[in-house]
Amino acid sequence: MEPREAVIDVRGITKAFSGKVVVNGLDMRVERGEIFGFLGPNGSGKTTFIRMLCGLLSPDAGEGTCLGLDVRRDAARIKEQVGYMSQRFSLYEDLTVRENLDFIARMYGLPGRTEAVEAMIERMGLTPFAGQLAGRLSGGWKQRLALSACMLHEPRLLLLDEPTAGVDPGARRDFWDQVHALAAQGVTSLISTHYMDEAERCHRLAYIAYGDLLAQGSAEELIRDSGLSTFRVTGPDLHDLTLALRRTPGVDQVAAFGPALHVSGRDRAALETALAPWRGGAHTVTAVDTSLEEVFIGLMRRGRA
Amino acid sequence: MAWGLFSFRRFLAVVNKEFIQMRRDRMTFAMMVGIPLLQLILFGYAINSDPRHLPTAVLSADNSAFSRAIVAAMQTSRYYTITRHAASRDEVRELLDRGKVQFVLTIPQNFGADILRGEKPVLLLEADATDPTAVGGPVGALREIVNRAVNTELDRAFPYVVRGADPVDVRVHADYNPEAVTQYNIVPGLLGVILTMTLTMITALAITRESERGTMENLLATPVRPLEVMLGKIVPYILVGYIQMTLIIVAAKLLFQVPMQGSVVLVFVLSLIFIAANLSVGVTLSTLARNQLQAVQMSVFFFLPSMLLSGFMFPFRGMPDWAQAVGAILPLTHYLRLVRGVLLKGNGLVLALDNLWPIALFWLVVIVIGVKRYRKTLD
Repeated sequence: MEPREAVIDVRGITKAFSGKVVVNGLDMRVERGEIFGFLGPNGSGKTTFIRMLCGLLSPDAGEGTCLGLDVRRDAARIKEQVGYMSQRFSLYEDLTVRENLDFIARMYGLPGRTEAVEAMIERMGLTPFAGQLAGRLSGGWKQRLALSACMLHEPRLLLLDEPTAGVDPGARRDFWDQVHALAAQGVTSLISTHYMDEAERCHRLAYIAYGDLLAQGSAEELIRDSGLSTFRVTGPDLHDLTLALRRTPGVDQVAAFGPALHVSGRDRAALETALAPWRGGAHTVTAVDTSLEEVFIGLMRRGRA
Repeated sequence: MAWGLFSFRRFLAVVNKEFIQMRRDRMTFAMMVGIPLLQLILFGYAINSDPRHLPTAVLSADNSAFSRAIVAAMQTSRYYTITRHAASRDEVRELLDRGKVQFVLTIPQNFGADILRGEKPVLLLEADATDPTAVGGPVGALREIVNRAVNTELDRAFPYVVRGADPVDVRVHADYNPEAVTQYNIVPGLLGVILTMTLTMITALAITRESERGTMENLLATPVRPLEVMLGKIVPYILVGYIQMTLIIVAAKLLFQVPMQGSVVLVFVLSLIFIAANLSVGVTLSTLARNQLQAVQMSVFFFLPSMLLSGFMFPFRGMPDWAQAVGAILPLTHYLRLVRGVLLKGNGLVLALDNLWPIALFWLVVIVIGVKRYRKTLD
């Protein structure tokens, strides 16, 4: 496979706020047309990292390029080619949908502004709301408007910070269809999220906790590299079982999944031994594939330790 | 952050957006129109005070013991402080026009000899009465001060001279505002007070609103330059400032019949510096405030000393030295003198410049702080 052009290629990116390190020596490489998922607990430094990529913050240390431009020196030119969608709705609630898009178009100096804005309204299905104040839109439509605004100038890179937080499943599916369609056209996306089903839709993933990058790769790679084995346990009194298993050596983590427990450990033999007493009784123990969710729970526990 | 490549188109887009938002924000709009009218009506009634140590010039053509006794008695009364000795009528005129002195005492030739001859010579006191509350006390006390000084001197040196009840004819000439109508003074002053109050607060709010609602983040992720945002936000409010000025001047004319001696156009032109100074205070406050409530609190913090120490509420020369020192920094202090000078005294551009440069200096200092702070807050 030929190496593709890197859209984001940064090393050692570090940022501290009043002495507290928020992003600690982060390396990241994202290739053209990739959908790159960015995961990690709240306050782990995802937003800060994204803000540094689009020039809203300048890194304390580190270097690299974004769209082939130096992240430290060329922030202004990077901004012209990046579409950034912040976590919080950050368009003007007291402007209408059309006025908001028109304002953004003017900020980027789009040629044929009026046509571009109308085309975007049409394409994103915003026509019925075009004359409505943005503040009156529901969550899903606000998100759609925000996405329209950051795609308006046809950026080569989308930086989307938790774009689907608080959005219903239907709107989320539409959103991901859009992102995949853009990826097919060569638009790269870096998306932070807390949803596992969304993580699985990404080509590659990075997991960051408390400023440190803990894992990076495709979903399969992350699962393989975690070295976790997982067993599914069903039966009565699962809550008591959880507490008992957590104290058992060989068990690294126990998580409830509906009517079952997923018990994972890095040492398969030790895990089998730990679960042996529960086999054949009222409980059923079956080996299952480790999923991303277990990997991330494991990463989060280690990140905190 | 790059400051080059100012884009006029982006700047216009910001201006346009501000106007749309201003139009939709009914409260702010009501504030911009309502506050000037409300204040104008409320402040139409003045607050009295009794200032002392007012700077006084003496133009004396007589060097008798009586002249010296009168000047000394005026000093002792603590109402007057003799700061200058004028040499000519022209100099007297200029001192009053520039507001260097509050009073000029003119002692005619042969003043002492005329007293001795019982001819009741005329002693003229000219007062800068643009602010009638400042001159009321000293003027009221003058006749008593003069008569006592002259009588004491007569008793001491010329006990044999026959004299009447009043050995001197004291005349007071109140310049600029002869009927001592306080509204004449208050109304032009209001111009400055209202501009200070609304412009500082509205700009501070307009920018803090962007950060509070999170829209600043989106704005800064676009190629727009900080200077384009700042100017784009300031320019619409300059227009607001002029609308308020027009409102006040028209109301001053219709409600209080304030005579306008000087050029209203000149006031409008020179006010641009003052408006800009206040807007830059607003911008600077907004870089300090974390939310809109703080922005309002901070603008009150700037507004109160402006109103109390500028000479609007209390005669400037009646305040203690430290308060005068603080007042001298504030742009409103100088703007009040400028507007009173032009509107009531009919001063021209040259005389107005005396009060314009301190405002410009203040503006410069604040805008430098504002731009420096603004750069930091991007990070």
